[in-house]
Amino acid sequence: MTVSAPPTASGTGARPARAASRDRRAWSLRGWLPYLQALPLALVLLVFLVVPIATIAVVSFWDYDSIRIIPDFVLTNYEWLLTSAVTWQIYLNTLKFAALAWVFTFAIGFTVAWFLAFHVRSVTWQMVLFLVCTIPFWTSNIIRMISWVPFLGRNGILNSALIGAGVIDQPLEFLLFSDFAVVLAYVHLYTLFMVVPIFNSMARIDRSLIEAARDAGATGWQILWNVVLPLSKPGIAIGSIFVVTLVMGDFITVRLMSGGQSASIGTMIANDIALLQYPAAAANAVVLLLVVLLMVATMLRLIDIRKEL
Amino acid sequence: MGTGASVELIAMTKSYGRTVAVDRIDLKIPAGAYCCLLGPSGCGKTSTLRMIAGHESISDGDLLIGTSQVNDVPPAERGTAMMFQSYALFPHLDCVDNVAFSLKMRGLPKAERRERARAMLARVQMTPYADRLPAQLSGGQQQRVALARALITEPGVLLLDEPLSALDPFLRVKMRAELKKLQTDLGITFIHVTHGQDEAMALADIVVVMNNGRIEQAGSPREVFNRPRTAFVARFIGGHNLLPPSLLPADGAGGFAVRTDRVAVWKAESGIADGNVAALADQTIEATVQSLEYQGETVHLSLDVPGTESFVVRVDESRFYSAPIAVGDRVLAGWRRQDVHPLTA
Repeated sequence: MTVSAPPTASGTGARPARAASRDRRAWSLRGWLPYLQALPLALVLLVFLVVPIATIAVVSFWDYDSIRIIPDFVLTNYEWLLTSAVTWQIYLNTLKFAALAWVFTFAIGFTVAWFLAFHVRSVTWQMVLFLVCTIPFWTSNIIRMISWVPFLGRNGILNSALIGAGVIDQPLEFLLFSDFAVVLAYVHLYTLFMVVPIFNSMARIDRSLIEAARDAGATGWQILWNVVLPLSKPGIAIGSIFVVTLVMGDFITVRLMSGGQSASIGTMIANDIALLQYPAAAANAVVLLLVVLLMVATMLRLIDIRKEL
Repeated sequence: MGTGASVELIAMTKSYGRTVAVDRIDLKIPAGAYCCLLGPSGCGKTSTLRMIAGHESISDGDLLIGTSQVNDVPPAERGTAMMFQSYALFPHLDCVDNVAFSLKMRGLPKAERRERARAMLARVQMTPYADRLPAQLSGGQQQRVALARALITEPGVLLLDEPLSALDPFLRVKMRAELKKLQTDLGITFIHVTHGQDEAMALADIVVVMNNGRIEQAGSPREVFNRPRTAFVARFIGGHNLLPPSLLPADGAGGFAVRTDRVAVWKAESGIADGNVAALADQTIEATVQSLEYQGETVHLSLDVPGTESFVVRVDESRFYSAPIAVGDRVLAGWRRQDVHPLTA
């Protein structure tokens, strides 16, 4: 086909009109396309996140008696919860666990990450040691917790060994079924959640920054405090969010390791559920959710983690 | 400002296991000199610089800064300061705190160190950007901050690791001039690592050409350019044709070098061309023109001279067009005997 004369008058009149309508259709499809692409994820989030939480929120306003729950809109669940001294005590206790677990997981996690990132020279060894850190995760949380029992018990390995060595003559009672045991289990279970993000942050620190600091006369501790710590902040924040939220929501560790002598918000909710007091449990869950969200928001306010994501 | 310190390397060696990165080099850099370590990547120039800085241990030999041996002295106590290739600015600190970092490490009070840092930033024309983070600065600005940070300790020797390689060509030339001016003003010793011969030529009082962990030649830029000692130097510094020993009857086991602009070319059949250089040429060879490149001030002709990898003649533009030569022409290339000098193997 040859390209020849310019389009005739009729041609120029008809074509733009058709083209315009085609463009409009294409345009409207193009406008919807992004929403279509986001739809599957939005559905997943709706069904598995928004609906359950909304249900909990709704049920928290229902009424109940000893045999059934009654759809209603009452504030009594919240009233009982927030005016009970036990609630406040348990919240404080849980916050204490979270704080202690955070302090120890941070101290250990930061040290391990520092060692892996700055003292292990070869990438192969970094990976090997990293995998070694994950070995405990090959078995379940509960088994890892229970394995402390024969070790820490009154006639357990540790006490027998200490008595045998003549260090003590009475078994140490605080080792098991105590707050000590609970925090120990948390640290054991969750330290890796600190190690990984902090290591990730540290691995991104340009090695020449360390040299530049040394060139400026900084000692090892000054480098740690002035360069490594500030640049590891995003990792510390992410690790802290993991540890704090896990501890705040936990109930099995407290139940197993304290031998029922200590309580957390989780055990409180579990008890409500065991008594079929779903609305009370729901109200407690909503309060817990708000408290944890507040804590996470505070951490995100303090440290910008965006560049880490 | 502090005064420059001399730097002396005595049989300094760096080996990593079996591989030798720097092989017993000797070098004396007088106080206040601008020294460029020049060479291809992997030639040992950066290792040398890092050993002088104290960021790399010295495997063997000695390093003297001023009159004291500093082999095992920590970086900050050597009187040196280093400017890193990627500038290595602390991303979490603004310009003032970056520059004040070493003062903070020494425990100076905040007000005093920030004031001194601001004064140093003013010196590199960075006052308007003093409160910005490094990520908010352009490459050239980051470099100025890095320079200020290195200079605040009042070092006797400033070590620069490829300081201009991250900049675009235009900025590179501008910063080059500023570096030279700064060095002249401060009077301290600069040791500058680069792989660009033009950079080394433009800046250095002493050019040190390195290859395979050894110094091939050290001297003033003019000396190195006009009398390259080895074929490697002649090739690396550019502007030279290498002639094999067989081509010339004189001595010279390592061959010969002749500057590309000291060669005249004229058409073979015309016998002798324009009077100037051709008439003075007392050695000639016959060759065919392979290609022509117009470069503005000059025209580059590539000739196929047997026994050479490449043979380029740089002809002044107006002279070339007074007697044009085309690709494929048989030509004679000639030079004066005094322009040819022998190379050591």
